[in-house]
Amino acid sequence: MRIPCPHCGERDRREFTVLGDADPVRPNGMDADPGAMFDYVYQRTNAAGLHREYWYHGAGCHAWLVVERDTRSHAIIGVKTARDVTLSRRQGGA
Amino acid sequence: MRYSAFSIVSQALRGNRGWRPVWREPQPKPSYDAVIVGGGGHGLATAYYLAKNHGITDVAVVEKGYLGSGNVGRNTTIIRSNYMLDGNIPFYEHSMKLWEGLEQDLNYNAMVSQRGVLNLYHSDPQRDAYARRGNAMRIHGVDAELLDRDRVKALAPFLDFDNARFPIQGGLLQRRGGTVRHDAVAWGYARAADRRGVDLIQNCEVTGIRVEGGRVTGVETTRGFIGARKVGLAVAGHSSRLAAMAGLRLPIDSHVLQAFVSEGLKPLIDIVMTFGAGHFYVSQSDKGGLVFGGDIDGYNSYAQRGNLPVIEDVMEGAMAVWPGLGRVRVLRHWGGIMDMSMDGSPIIDRMPVEGLYLNAGWCYGGFKATPASGFCFAHLIARDEMHPVASAYRLDRFATGAVIDEKGVGAQANLH
Repeated sequence: MRIPCPHCGERDRREFTVLGDADPVRPNGMDADPGAMFDYVYQRTNAAGLHREYWYHGAGCHAWLVVERDTRSHAIIGVKTARDVTLSRRQGGA
Repeated sequence: MRYSAFSIVSQALRGNRGWRPVWREPQPKPSYDAVIVGGGGHGLATAYYLAKNHGITDVAVVEKGYLGSGNVGRNTTIIRSNYMLDGNIPFYEHSMKLWEGLEQDLNYNAMVSQRGVLNLYHSDPQRDAYARRGNAMRIHGVDAELLDRDRVKALAPFLDFDNARFPIQGGLLQRRGGTVRHDAVAWGYARAADRRGVDLIQNCEVTGIRVEGGRVTGVETTRGFIGARKVGLAVAGHSSRLAAMAGLRLPIDSHVLQAFVSEGLKPLIDIVMTFGAGHFYVSQSDKGGLVFGGDIDGYNSYAQRGNLPVIEDVMEGAMAVWPGLGRVRVLRHWGGIMDMSMDGSPIIDRMPVEGLYLNAGWCYGGFKATPASGFCFAHLIARDEMHPVASAYRLDRFATGAVIDEKGVGAQANLH
């Protein structure tokens, strides 16, 4: 498995560390009700198919990435930096 | 036909032409009292104990492939009950006791071999941690022995005791642990369930769960609708997909775990041995192949195949503890899909849909649990109450905070 890093180009999977599902958004800890926090911490969609997930390019540019990958074939569909994903999420996009 | 020395001899004298198929191939009936989804070890064991312990025989096991085609045939066949936490020890010890009587109970040779499981330790803190674990086990009546370096050397003299980074200081031994022929577990439970009237329906994939008024009424399958008053899910690896059919999400991620078999060798190792400074475990099958494995790949996967970095990591672990393996050739390797739960422990509980039951989240420890899992899941389905030894495996423990985290790594599924 090779991951095309937006900064470094296509690199071996060994350069990266996976964190997991990138879709859950952390509720505001002070305002969140316990149900929302439980949902964020524990519940997962665990899709058989397209899955957006955080990877950290520790042996490269040190950027956090959001990799869109097919969990049935390991094929990588797209990669964005986590920063861009967060910024577009704040602007109301996906 | 009951298997015995007599049946083998009498069949041999008649040219072995009298053996019959071990189970029927029934057509699905329109409805059952209970449908178990998943014809692996846990599902088949559940059906067997529903019939045997609770007299519920109007049961179907529906399996998308062939019986035992999933993780029951993809694990490294190890059984043990060397757990530390209260919620786990009684359950896994119950499983160990069921293993000890399994072959007589099923009238099936599952090659249960209590050859001992040895966990090596490589540092003083690790020795203390193992001493604590061993004490927890012994308080619960489970056998555990803390071995020093010399006693480990007597068991496995070929290990690299003076490794510069990870010298072997000793090990925690559970003599009652060992291995079981995993396919035979599926076949044995299947045969025994079939003989008690359970319908085993193969090549029948569940495509939907029908729920009416908050109550399950059956499952849609590739062979048509099958009605059921109760539906039990025992589909570890795919639990999230089945739960989604009922509109539910689970605290589970699916991950791929790889395992390996070497070429056949003369007897080398007569115990199950685990490396304590990395993740590597090995035993030798009766055919002579070394059966070994290590970590999961770490990313979500339904692909039943992994990647090379983990293979390299497993081989490095092997070489660090047992350099003699360097000349051994790997014959084959494969991957299985695990339910990695958020605390590393399983779930055997009702779901928020009436009549729907969940057996899931086995991480990569499901095989050793097979008998107790079926035993307790059958108890739950039949009586609508949790079995005492599985009472901690609640689905709502993640919301209440009563998680069972043996490894203490928190809600990070791929670290358990």
